[in-house]
Amino acid sequence: MAWTEVIEPKSKLFDLKFKEAWHYRDLLSMWVKRDFTATYKQTILGPIWFFLQPLLMTIMFTIVFGKFAKLSTDGLPQVLFYLAGVTIWNYFSESFTKTANVFKDNASIFGKVYFPRIIMPLSIVTSNLVRFLIQFFLFIGFLCYYKFTGNPSVQPNLMILVTPFLLVIMAGFALGAGMIISSMTTKYRDLSFLLTFGVQLLMYATPVIYPINSLPEKYKIYVMANPIAPVVETFRYAFLGTGAFSWISLFYSFGAMIVLLFVGVFIFNKVEKNFMDTV
Amino acid sequence: MREVAIKVENLSKLYALGQIGTGTISRDLERWYARIMGKEDPYAKIGQTNDRTTKGSSDFVWSLRDINFEVQKGEVLGIIGRNGAGKSTLLKILSKITSPTTGKISIDGRIASLLEVGTGFHPEMTGRENIFMNGAILGMRKYEIQRKFDEIVDFAGVAAYIDTPVKRYSSGMYVRLAFAVAAFLEPEILIVDEVLAVGDAEFQKKCIGRMKDVSVNEGRTVLFVSHNMAAVKSLCTKGLVLKNGQFDFYGTQYDAVVHYQSSQIASSSFIHEGEMDLAPGNQNIRMLRFQAKPLIGDVLSISSGVQFEVEFYNFKENINLDVTFELVNMDEVVVFHHGAFVCSNKDSKKSAYIVIGKLPPNLLNAGNYRFNIIFGENQRFGLYSKNDVIQFELTNESFGTNSKTLPGVVRPEIQYEIVNL
Repeated sequence: MAWTEVIEPKSKLFDLKFKEAWHYRDLLSMWVKRDFTATYKQTILGPIWFFLQPLLMTIMFTIVFGKFAKLSTDGLPQVLFYLAGVTIWNYFSESFTKTANVFKDNASIFGKVYFPRIIMPLSIVTSNLVRFLIQFFLFIGFLCYYKFTGNPSVQPNLMILVTPFLLVIMAGFALGAGMIISSMTTKYRDLSFLLTFGVQLLMYATPVIYPINSLPEKYKIYVMANPIAPVVETFRYAFLGTGAFSWISLFYSFGAMIVLLFVGVFIFNKVEKNFMDTV
Repeated sequence: MREVAIKVENLSKLYALGQIGTGTISRDLERWYARIMGKEDPYAKIGQTNDRTTKGSSDFVWSLRDINFEVQKGEVLGIIGRNGAGKSTLLKILSKITSPTTGKISIDGRIASLLEVGTGFHPEMTGRENIFMNGAILGMRKYEIQRKFDEIVDFAGVAAYIDTPVKRYSSGMYVRLAFAVAAFLEPEILIVDEVLAVGDAEFQKKCIGRMKDVSVNEGRTVLFVSHNMAAVKSLCTKGLVLKNGQFDFYGTQYDAVVHYQSSQIASSSFIHEGEMDLAPGNQNIRMLRFQAKPLIGDVLSISSGVQFEVEFYNFKENINLDVTFELVNMDEVVVFHHGAFVCSNKDSKKSAYIVIGKLPPNLLNAGNYRFNIIFGENQRFGLYSKNDVIQFELTNESFGTNSKTLPGVVRPEIQYEIVNL
């Protein structure tokens, strides 16, 4: 007799249940929508916060790193340089942080009803993508301003076409790393304390506030080993025309992302079945 | 021939008790090491049956152990048992919220479970948005919800407020809306935890009516967990009784309810069989029997009262023998500590005694209770004491239209005088 479903203690390693997840696609879009309506309800500025967050961060970086520390920006206007870094970095860091807390934040829902848990991280990455697009337009606005006021150092080029690919890599990293951390925090809560600190540390290990070319040669290799670094550098190279870009490092990023994503999905799959017993 | 909708084979679930989080890394390593060496899990083998009255020596407990049963299509199975019998664990495994430790469940048909109403409701969103959200969480597609939307709103009776954020709803409206979404799900198998314990009496009737509709007219399979025996009898066609995580009884809903209620009495008694030397006690006292039973009727409930009896053998002669009973509720609150002199003229004999106490009806609130007993001399020197001798449950009874268990340690009948000034 053919059963619709069989519940057993262990699942197959990479049983992703795509068919099941597909059935729940409406839920994914509703989570994304709900995320937007719920976040900014009862705030005075509402959706303006989407712009304010990267702007404030850029202003802060410009003052601290640009004016005081006088870090190099590869000859680019400081505001544009930081905004580019912040825009692409934020997409990763916000998706990552939220995915990393996915079990903790949703324990009450996960404890009461079953749906493919993978829907939740996917909806996080999707809703942050929308957020990214909004912030991206802000960045494009600034870019146009600098371009048309005749700043010669700003040179957007055809590499812009790689942007979707860059976003896929970032989303994959956020998902993979986030799922690994979230699976481990269900048992070892200590990790969630380290998370905020870890994300900040990672930002400094990524060329967000400095161009990779400003580094001494012997450190360059270490920063380039960070697979997120090429994504940020390529993004800046595409839109602003300066930055270290090579296909090799970009494919290195992509490869690392695939590995991380597989590990993440594997661990997530293992943990999602029983996490309610430990959380 | 009827077909099988759910088949459960050898289902077990092991839970860790106490603190999780300290020392788990070392424990994990130990387990992992045992596994690669091909040994048994060092923590699993000491698991015990889930009996909360006696604190086990192990940190692991079998919340469910070797459960086997089948549910035919179109059947309504009532799952009953005391608190902690494993009902909720069984539902959680069936709803895929957690996975079994061993065993297998085979399911034929789409399954939807209602362990709570209104999961995923967001206070800031309107009734309409929440209906869609909640429906989607329960596995409905958008168009399915669209098709049922008017029925849902109509059933909940909130048409006028459908575009108002649910945080402005009264709690009754909130619950009605939440149940309505669930009531119009169209799964082949529906799992319902005691969600009927919400809303007013009229709405409860509506819910029970709706559930009957689902099973009788639409031919769907329903698994229903409840403490409400009347609801089990009227809704279900079969009954499954669980006890301490183990299978206890399976049969028609009537037989199951009868079995459950009679086992309630049995579990609330301790009778020693065999040699007196082996009975609990020491050189002073041997306890032979301790029972609690209803003063009125057959079931221990709020209005039945409790008669408790202890039979013991006393070895100490010519003392002032006394016995003290201590009743403890589930929250570890001592409800009373009270006793009596068995002999008060230094004239105790080497013989058996029976002490009977009577607690009047309508005194204690519903819930689980345990008896501790202390035998003493002159109310000063302890001769023998034993904790958790027996445990019993007082079942709840509605108070007016309110069928929920009310807060409070006692639930006395109080005469009120009302003065209108």
